[in-house]
Amino acid sequence: MPAPEQHRIIFKHIDEPGYTNDIGCYLRNGGYEVLKKAVARKPEDIIDEVKKSGLRGRGGAGFPCGVKWGLVDRKSGKPIYLIVNADESEPGTFKDRYIMHQDPHQLIESTMISCFANNVKQAYIYIRGEMPHGARILEKAIAEARVANFVGPNILGTGYSCEIFVHRGAGAYICGEETGLIESLEGKRANPRIKPPYFPAVLGLYQCPTIVNNVETLCHVKYIAEHGGAEYAKIGTPGNTGTRIFCVSGHVQRPGYYEFPAGTITMGQLLNEVCGGPLPGRKFKAVIPGGSSAKILRFGERFKGKRKVGTELVDYDWGVEDVPMDFDSLGMIGTMGGSGGVIVMDDTVNMVEALANINAFYSHESCGQCTPCREGSLWMKKITSRMVHGQARNEDAALLKSVADQIPGRTICAFGEACSWPTQSFIAKFGDEFKQYPETKKTAKPADAVALV
Amino acid sequence: MIAPAKPDLVTVNIDGQEIAVPKGTNVIEAARLVNVDVPHYCYHPKLSVVGNCRMCLIEMGMPAVDPATKAPIMDPATGKQKINWIPRPQIGCGTNVSPGLHVKTTSPMVKDAREGVMEFLLINHPLDCPICDQAGECKLQEQATGYGRGYSRFVEQKNVKPKRTQLGPRVTLDDERCILCSRCIRFSKEIAQDDVLGFVDRGSYSTLTCYPGKKLENNYSLNTVDICPVGALTSTDFRFKMRVWFLKQTNAIDTESSVGANTLVWSREGTIYRITPRRNDEVNDTWLADSARVLYKAVKAADRLAATETIEVLVARAAALFKSTPGAIAVVGSARSTVEEQFFTRHLATALKASAQLVSRVGQGDKLLISADRNPNVRGALVTGLIKTLPAQQLTDLAAQIDAGKIKVVVAINEDLAAAGLTAAQLAKVSIVYLGAHANATSAAAKVVFPTLTVFEKSGTYVNQQFRIQKTLKAVPAAAGATDDLVVLAQLVAAAGGAALPAELGLLWKVIAAEVPALATMTFANLPETGLVLDATPYAALPFVEGETLHYKPAQPAVAAATA
Repeated sequence: MPAPEQHRIIFKHIDEPGYTNDIGCYLRNGGYEVLKKAVARKPEDIIDEVKKSGLRGRGGAGFPCGVKWGLVDRKSGKPIYLIVNADESEPGTFKDRYIMHQDPHQLIESTMISCFANNVKQAYIYIRGEMPHGARILEKAIAEARVANFVGPNILGTGYSCEIFVHRGAGAYICGEETGLIESLEGKRANPRIKPPYFPAVLGLYQCPTIVNNVETLCHVKYIAEHGGAEYAKIGTPGNTGTRIFCVSGHVQRPGYYEFPAGTITMGQLLNEVCGGPLPGRKFKAVIPGGSSAKILRFGERFKGKRKVGTELVDYDWGVEDVPMDFDSLGMIGTMGGSGGVIVMDDTVNMVEALANINAFYSHESCGQCTPCREGSLWMKKITSRMVHGQARNEDAALLKSVADQIPGRTICAFGEACSWPTQSFIAKFGDEFKQYPETKKTAKPADAVALV
Repeated sequence: MIAPAKPDLVTVNIDGQEIAVPKGTNVIEAARLVNVDVPHYCYHPKLSVVGNCRMCLIEMGMPAVDPATKAPIMDPATGKQKINWIPRPQIGCGTNVSPGLHVKTTSPMVKDAREGVMEFLLINHPLDCPICDQAGECKLQEQATGYGRGYSRFVEQKNVKPKRTQLGPRVTLDDERCILCSRCIRFSKEIAQDDVLGFVDRGSYSTLTCYPGKKLENNYSLNTVDICPVGALTSTDFRFKMRVWFLKQTNAIDTESSVGANTLVWSREGTIYRITPRRNDEVNDTWLADSARVLYKAVKAADRLAATETIEVLVARAAALFKSTPGAIAVVGSARSTVEEQFFTRHLATALKASAQLVSRVGQGDKLLISADRNPNVRGALVTGLIKTLPAQQLTDLAAQIDAGKIKVVVAINEDLAAAGLTAAQLAKVSIVYLGAHANATSAAAKVVFPTLTVFEKSGTYVNQQFRIQKTLKAVPAAAGATDDLVVLAQLVAAAGGAALPAELGLLWKVIAAEVPALATMTFANLPETGLVLDATPYAALPFVEGETLHYKPAQPAVAAATA
């Protein structure tokens, strides 16, 4: 079956020749028309549309956006804050950066619509510290929007006022975890908070109700406000509505970003047709479907079970290539859609070395607050690092698995899962390679091989 | 007294035991009530909850109800309501009780979680217990023994961190032992209100340190050592001095102000090594000022007085002075003496037909555990009837009477008259009988000197600012050449022609109970460890100098505030 056509609603103007990131270009392309209409509506209507749309968060967890907005404590009398999570740090993910660099006004308009819908008077864009260029573009875009009265006091003469501030992040992966982000925004170390009691919807920024949404998620809100939730829900598949942006990196012919209706494309179509298949003379070995913390899939393994289609339960028997790229299908086979960062590895990759790289990243990024993640992530890194530097032992695979099993579900935030899932899945899927690694190390590497972490 | 509002009680089930606990109690505290230990490091009952050590993970469940009808779902096997167990372990410190909450602390899931956390905590810990001061009172040791696997699987290099950082004048830090529980950080911020500690670096390389240019030097810095669950924060004074299991613990009271913080005195073979706080939720919680921890140094101070003659000779000399100048004797008692000593002082003054006066000491209160009244027992003197009004800081009346030649003999008990405003000429003009532990201008000028004891060498009671009578016990034997204050005072009372009084506390308290109505129902032995609050209403009109401290609010605004 041939791959479906790309359906670009968020990336509509990305890489469009002649499209610039200034407000003039955006207005010429129909920009801020949705905001103008939105501020004339009742805020509850917009929230209803988002609920109807079935929009799920694009930051990684896939939590329904309408539900998130519905949890916000609106009776406390405290101000409600909206934070745009632009701390895009998951390895393999590079979608939000394009939106901010090439189409910042789309984000600003979407943010303003979401603020209006939730009666937010102050919004923050928390942008990853390593993206200074993006921060400058956003600052300029907000200034332009303020001049045009789309942001700031008395927007478009409605009496509704809302400010947006850009805050540059503190240079750590954990700043993207929503409560860590809030701590960081308050000027502290980005140590995630315990939940309960610090649910952002009730006790978020400065102990006020707070909405934290990913950049891409908010951009979908603009589309929903324009076309309606029901119309949006027709894109994609039930439960996985709208489009998904896939950031494909690694060993394919044409890596890059691709936007498709969610659930309509399979892994095989994405990698073989859209991305042009493996590099010449190579074969796909493994793929991580949703950012480096998602569990890895091995080409050649089969997934069997029953899944719901409509109201019926249907048997499925998939290879990796057959898996539809949506939250639920990927969840069913034991991994996750995550942030849409698809990392492809071919048969030249040694899995122990790949895991050593991932473990080095997560041990460096653990905030150090709670014990299992702090100690476990560094221990796993020390083991894999020792293995690739020549001191591999036969018992290391079992030890790695046991260490990884002591982390998830026992930590303050989801980083515990993020740092242990790679190890768990690498050992589960490529256990033989780990057991044989002491032997593998006896074969000399080519002189031009890259240095190991 | 107004009865406290009855708390809403919530019934929970912990390891099969049902217990009703007040709403807002967390699982650790609820479990403590049924003698179930939930191991923990970062949780401290007097600090905010952060849930970072993950040692207190427990299995938790709630009674099942039908989502539609809200009717309980029964388990046919047991005939009781079915429990929906949460598949992931939850932290006990951050989980407050709710009606019907079920907790398991011994299930395989909990055991596995504890073993995992223990292993993680130990992999980068130096395991240098043989040279660590915390050994013997270390949570890491105790819980590794109780809940760990007992073997190590870690073959990598351990992290290297600073071994002896001097965080301030009294606290030394060994960062490698630190388990990053953040108790010290929270204490500094929340209790001492001196936010100087924080972590730098991240992950397992996180390191506790002071903020640039700051030092941990507030007067509560040593509490961080007390609450450190491991041997990371150590007292510079106590470090490497003594193994804690050799030390005897004695309950005592901090005598540096009228707060009366409860303490533990740690001694071995007549030598005191350290003083730590003793928990009293109505007085000092679990805290103690640093200044209270060095008071023991008075025991072996270079200026301790020692008698060169027997007490009989000294008493005879004092008796001769008393007889030679009837009607011209003054007694200066002390608000630093115990209730029992003040009771004797009153008897002495009565027998000598002399007026008794006390000396007030006023400093700046720190709003925590040091009050403006730097005497520990002004209220004891009121209760025993030694004084009727609050003492002044200077003995101006006495000075005038000495100048006028009306007073010829002064009995000074534990008070330096020079410090209370008497000049050298005035001291020279009278014959002084001095009772005290340390040398000073008064002992130098005195005709008769009775070397007596420091608070650590005797037992007795003090009445703090809340009118709470509290007991202090003898930690070490009396220094050579010093006599118990009560023995000296009993003999002086007898020499002055007063009634025979027993110096032994058990017998003495029978006399006190008979004579002092406020203490009528008490004995020394049955006084609770956390003290007993006396009726303060007879003294409500007195202008006490204390401002607010941790568990004390003045009944009326402080004098200065009232006159301002």
